[in-house]
Amino acid sequence: MRLSVGPLLYLWDRPGVFAFYRELAGLPVDIVYLGEVVCSKRRLLRRADWIAIGRDLSAAGKEVVVCTLALMEAESELSSLARTVATADLIEANDMAAVQLLRDRPFVAGPHLNVYNAATLSLLSSLGMRRWVAPVELDTATLSALLKQRPQGLEAEVFAYGRMPLAFSARCFSARVRRRHKDDCGFVCAEDADGLTVHTREGEPLLALNGIQTQSAQVRNLIGRIDVLGRAGVDVLRLSPHSSAAVRFEEVVGAFRAALDSDARGAQCPPTALPGGYCEEYVHTARVSGADPAR
Amino acid sequence: MPESNEQKRPPIELVCPAGSLPALRAAVDNGADAVYIGFRDGINARNFPGLNFSAEDARSGIEYAHRRGARVFVALNVYPRPQLWEGARRAVDEAARLGADAVILADVGLLQYADEHHPGLNRHLSVQASATNWRALEFYERQFGVRRAVLPRVLSLAQVRQVIEHTHLEIEVFGFGSLCIMVEGRCALSSHLTGESPNTHGVCSPAHAVRWEETGAGRRVRLNGVLIDEFAPGEAAGYPTLCKGRFEALGNVVHALEEPTSLNVLDILPQLVGAGVRAIKVEGRQRSPAYVAQVTRTLRAELDACLRDPVRYRPQPAASAALERLAEGSTHTLGAYSRPWQ
Repeated sequence: MRLSVGPLLYLWDRPGVFAFYRELAGLPVDIVYLGEVVCSKRRLLRRADWIAIGRDLSAAGKEVVVCTLALMEAESELSSLARTVATADLIEANDMAAVQLLRDRPFVAGPHLNVYNAATLSLLSSLGMRRWVAPVELDTATLSALLKQRPQGLEAEVFAYGRMPLAFSARCFSARVRRRHKDDCGFVCAEDADGLTVHTREGEPLLALNGIQTQSAQVRNLIGRIDVLGRAGVDVLRLSPHSSAAVRFEEVVGAFRAALDSDARGAQCPPTALPGGYCEEYVHTARVSGADPAR
Repeated sequence: MPESNEQKRPPIELVCPAGSLPALRAAVDNGADAVYIGFRDGINARNFPGLNFSAEDARSGIEYAHRRGARVFVALNVYPRPQLWEGARRAVDEAARLGADAVILADVGLLQYADEHHPGLNRHLSVQASATNWRALEFYERQFGVRRAVLPRVLSLAQVRQVIEHTHLEIEVFGFGSLCIMVEGRCALSSHLTGESPNTHGVCSPAHAVRWEETGAGRRVRLNGVLIDEFAPGEAAGYPTLCKGRFEALGNVVHALEEPTSLNVLDILPQLVGAGVRAIKVEGRQRSPAYVAQVTRTLRAELDACLRDPVRYRPQPAASAALERLAEGSTHTLGAYSRPWQ
């Protein structure tokens, strides 16, 4: 199995982004996904910056993949997509618009394309899909069943570490919760380096707001499931970037690397400081008084 | 017959929901140009207990509609996982056999199956396919010969116009009903709490996971144990979808994602007509025949008035009031059609 680092889902300042990828160049990961998936207004890094970062990571021996937006509505977003398709070698498609432009070229199908059955895998494969990042809600049994009949040469990747992307909206929740309009957002999502945690009225961390994206408050951590994922036929584990306020990301990379290289059972990630803590199950389990043990 | 209905098609179709045969008749009798239904098989996005059509009911419904010049679309819009795949294929076959005027599909595999095995059956792209731009529509048109697409409820009016300018497909938009604030097909909030989502099971916040609790201070509602909202005595309590609950963010208890409210486009009907939309869709296959009858009657009259004179059209106050009473939360919004909402 190989190790990837997924696209940076949050808005970090320029020095922070450059520092993150500079350090990543020296870390034992095989694949790095770059670019903006969540919000087209986030342009602290320009195309040239991403290209430069990609060049450095390639020079350090990483496979570099450029990601496209999950939600594309505006003409400007489609034009930007066309430029990405024209300039990048390998692309992760997160919308069918990208698949349409990439047809007959090798591409990665991102977690935001809805792929749930063998017929869909086979069709996308015939159009050029070389790697498939499974949707976060897909259970391991289904994943395993699909991979048993996978098209030849197709790799499978699983979101293995990070707050899970759950939904996209036209509405910017980071702005709204601060009583700002999306058109005058002031880039307030930059205040939440790992998303803004939303709690239930019983104080249970439930969701995280990240611009137009809603994530789980809990951090998925599948380091303890590497054996199971391997048996299911997974080829790549994706680690989603988190800031140093949440965790020492280089130690997360190190723990997963150690688990892959040696004994998967012993390895452990450093604890996360995010209020939701870690989870292995996709389905959130109520942990306060509302939990009904009989269920 | 589908062919003759095809020739008589109105400039803009009013497409109404039916979760049962009585609801279908109510929609047709009150002026729906088309009705959309689902089978009782877990393949459609309103997979609720006691709802939807057996093959026999579907046959009667299609006959009833066709005799009165209305069309019937069959929604088969979950993303079938391997265990649902055979059932989903059979449902497409069944829709073709029963003479449905179109199938509404989201899944790429199922679209391909329908294209290959039932090329004469119209294929509409479901809102669940999350196609929010013309380039994505181009994919579905070119790959599967899709004829019409239902746009997700996330585009502004200007963006709807842009899509229509750049596509050959007929565009259908939502006009009234409950409001999804997330991109349809790209929301896993429900499965994160319950294991079942619109994509996987055709449900959002399934009833079996909902629990109401009466407390001294009012009512609480939980989804699989997680507190979604708490209502003071006398406060209106809506169905607990996660996106419309109240949560704590930045120290305040707020509707962090959206208030319980309904979509209603009467205020921008002339603009939608002018933009060239080919169909206005009403949400609500889970609603009663009486609800379907009233919403259909009201929207029929408003759409006719708007088509007669789009320049001077204003919503009838009585029509707006009638829809308001039926709306979730008794309030309405233009949703994403209006930029400030976003």
